[in-house]
Amino acid sequence: MTWIVPNLWLVPALPMLAAAIGALLRRRGRIAAATLAIGSMAVSFLLSICALLQVLANRSGGQILTFNFRWFQFGNEWLKLGWMLDPLTAIMLVMVTFVGLLIFIYSVGYMAHDENFTRFFCFMALFAGAMLGVVISNSLLLLFMCWEIVGLTSYLLIGFWYNKPEAAAAAKKAFITTRIGDLAFLLGMVWLYAKTGTLLFYDGGAGCLEHSALTQLVAQSTAIGLAASTGIALLIFCGAAGKSGQVPLHVWLPDAMEGPTPVSALIHAATMVAAGVFLIARIYPLMSAHAGAALTPTVALQVVTWVGAITALFAALIAVAQFDIKRILAYSTISQLGYMMMGLGVGGVAVGMFHLITHAFFKSLLFLGAGSVIHGCNGEQDIRRMGGLRRLMPITFAAYAVGMLALCGFPLLFSGFWSKDDILRSALTWSVSRVPFYMGAFGALLTAFYMTRQVFYVFGGSSRLAEPSRDLLHNSHATGPAHASALPRESPAVMTVPLVILAAFAMLLGFIGTPAWPWFQSFLDGTHTTFAFSAFSGLNILPVMISSSLLVFCGLGLGWAFYGHKPIESSQASDPLNTIQPSIFSFLGHAFYVDTLYSATIIRWNTGCSRVCDWLDRWVWNGVVQTVSYFVVGIAHLDDFFDTSIVNSGFDEGCQGVSRSGQILSLLQDGQVQSYMRIIGCALIVLVIFLLWGAKV
Amino acid sequence: MSSLQDYLLLSSLLFSIGFAGALIRRNAILVLVGIELMLNAANLNFIAFWRYGPAPAALTGIMFTIFSISIAAAEAAVGLGIILAVYRHFRTTDLNLMNSLKG
Repeated sequence: MTWIVPNLWLVPALPMLAAAIGALLRRRGRIAAATLAIGSMAVSFLLSICALLQVLANRSGGQILTFNFRWFQFGNEWLKLGWMLDPLTAIMLVMVTFVGLLIFIYSVGYMAHDENFTRFFCFMALFAGAMLGVVISNSLLLLFMCWEIVGLTSYLLIGFWYNKPEAAAAAKKAFITTRIGDLAFLLGMVWLYAKTGTLLFYDGGAGCLEHSALTQLVAQSTAIGLAASTGIALLIFCGAAGKSGQVPLHVWLPDAMEGPTPVSALIHAATMVAAGVFLIARIYPLMSAHAGAALTPTVALQVVTWVGAITALFAALIAVAQFDIKRILAYSTISQLGYMMMGLGVGGVAVGMFHLITHAFFKSLLFLGAGSVIHGCNGEQDIRRMGGLRRLMPITFAAYAVGMLALCGFPLLFSGFWSKDDILRSALTWSVSRVPFYMGAFGALLTAFYMTRQVFYVFGGSSRLAEPSRDLLHNSHATGPAHASALPRESPAVMTVPLVILAAFAMLLGFIGTPAWPWFQSFLDGTHTTFAFSAFSGLNILPVMISSSLLVFCGLGLGWAFYGHKPIESSQASDPLNTIQPSIFSFLGHAFYVDTLYSATIIRWNTGCSRVCDWLDRWVWNGVVQTVSYFVVGIAHLDDFFDTSIVNSGFDEGCQGVSRSGQILSLLQDGQVQSYMRIIGCALIVLVIFLLWGAKV
Repeated sequence: MSSLQDYLLLSSLLFSIGFAGALIRRNAILVLVGIELMLNAANLNFIAFWRYGPAPAALTGIMFTIFSISIAAAEAAVGLGIILAVYRHFRTTDLNLMNSLKG
C-alpha cells in the first residue's frame, strides 16, 4: 500500500485537471463538465480511501509518511515542497472527497436550470482540488498557495450569479476580509522561514514542526516578551480566523450565502471554512510549543480558545434573530467553527477535528436540505414565507430534522452530541478559566433554540408562500432556480439521495468518538483503544453529558414554546421574541451592528484615506506632474524654434549649396563625345606644356 | 637626310590634324577618319624611333607598326559597325544630336 504516499498528489491533481478541462468546454458541454467533475472526485475519493487504509496499516509504526522534493534553488538553499500522509490528512481527505462528491451529485439537480452549468462545475472542481492540496501539503508554502486558490474559488463561486449586485459585493467582501487574515498569515510564514530556514512541516528532523526547530523558536523572544513561536502562531492564527470566520473577521461568511446553495454547503460550511481549523490542527505542535514543562496552555492556544468561545456565543446569539434560511445556517456555521477553535484550544487536535468532521457532515446536510427547500419554494429564502413543508417535502424534512438534531447535539443518537460534548468536557477542565465552558454551554442552548425556531418556521404550520412578499428586498432571488408551480414540491432524486446518505452519516459518525470507544481521538493521537462502557464513569463525563443534554432539551423546549406551541399564522406576523423584547431582537437581527460598526469605522477610515489620497493625487502629485510637463513642453518649444530657425535654415543653405554646385558640375556632362574629347585635349596640352616646362628647367 | 626631329614634327602635325578633325567634325565618319590619322601619326613615331634608335637592324619597329595597322583596321571595322548601328537607331550621324551619354 505504500505506493499511495508518492502518488498522493493525484488526489488534488485530478479535480484540478477536471477543472482545467472543464474551463475549455463550451457552454453546452453540460454532461461532460458534470461527468468530469464527479468522476474526478470519485477517483480522488477512492484514492483517499487507499490513503486512509495505508494510515490504518501504518498505525503501529507511528511515523508520519512524507514525500518531499526540491522545487527551486536560490542562493545556496533549496526551497522544498512536499506532501504528507498522517491520520489528520487521511481523515480530512476522506471527508472532503466524500462530502464533495455528494454535493457535486446534488448540484447536478440544483443547478440543472442554470445556463452557466459548466462554469459552475469547473469552479467547484478547482475548489475541491485546491482544498485537497491544502490538506495534503507538507509545506506551509504549498499550503498557502492552495489556501489562496481556495480563496479565489470562494470568490468566484460567491459571485457566481454576478448579475446580482449583492452577490458581486459579497464576493468582494469575502475576498478582501479573508485577505486581511491572509496578510498576517503570510507575515507569520515569512517570520517562520527567517527563524527556521524551512517551511516543511516534517522533514526527517529538520522540519519547522519538529523538535529542534520548535526548541529554537521557543527560546527566542521578541520585543514585547512573547516567544517567537507564539508570535508566529498568532499571525498564522489570523489567517485561520479570516478563513474560518472567527470574530472579528466573520462578517463575510453570512454574505457569502449569496452564492448557489451547493457552494454554501461545500465551501462555506463543510470544507473551506474548516480549512482554518485544519490549519491550526496542522501547526498544533507550534501552537502548543512550551519552554520546558509549563503547566498552563500557551498564549497562542489561550487566544485560540477565547476567540473560539466568543465566536461560538456571538454567532449563536445573532442566529436567533435571522429570517433568511441560509443566513441562520451561516451564523450557525460561524458558531460551530468557534466551537472547533475552542476545542483545539482546550482539548487538542482530536477534540477540534472530531467536531470538524461531524459538523462537515451535518452542516452540509443542513445546507443541502435548505437548498432543497429553496429549490422547492421557487427560490424563496425567507423562512417567514415558508411553512407547512413537512407534508409537501417529506424526504427533505426527515433529512433536515436529522441534521438539525445533530447540530443541536440531541443526546446519544446524533454525532453532534458526542463531538460537542467532547469540547465542553475539555473546556470544563481547562486550567486557565471556566468562562469558555459557560459560553459554550450557553451557545449550545441557543443552538438548540434557533434550530427549533427555524424548523418550526420552515416545516411547521401551513404554507405561507402564496402570501404577498413582506418587503421588496427579499425579491432578490430572481436569478435563482425558478419554477412555474406555486406549491412547493419534493426535489428530484439526484438531490434527495445525497441528503439521505449525509443524514445517515450525521447520525452514525458520532459513534466513532464516544467516550466509551474513542477510536477517532486515538486514531489522531496514534494510541490504541478498546471498547469499554466503564469509560463513562470517568471524570466529568457523565455530568457533562447530562448537563449538555438538559441544555439541549431546554433549548428545544423553549423553541417549541415560542414557535411550535402555536403555529405561525401569517408571514406578516411579528416574531414572538420580537414581541417580548423588540430592541434586543432588532439588535441581534442586525448582527450586533458589526457591519454598521465596520462601515462607520474601518470602511469610513479607509474611504477617508482614499479621499485624502485622491486629493493628493489630484492636486499635489498632479500639480507636480503638470509643472514638470509644462516645463518639458516649454523646452520642447525652445528646441523647436532653435531647430526651425537655426539648424534647419543652416542645413537648407548647405543643401542648396550642394545642389547648386551639382547643377553647375552637371553641365560638364553634356553627353557630347566631342566635348569630352575636348577636355582630354586641353588636359593633353596642359600636360605637354608642363613637361616641356620641366624639361627646360 | 632628314633627322628624327623632322619625322616627329611631321607626326605631331599629323596627330594635331587628326585630333582637330575628331574634335571639330560633326559627322561621325569623319571623326573616325580623324582618329585614323592620329593612329597613323603614332605609327610614324614607331618607325621613326626604330629607324633612329639604338638597334635599327632588328625589324621591331616594322613589326610593331604592322600589328598596329592591323589592330587599327579591326578597330575601324568595329567603329564603322557602331556608327552604322547608331545611324540605324538615331537616323543621323551628327554627333551634336547624340547626347544620350548624358544619362
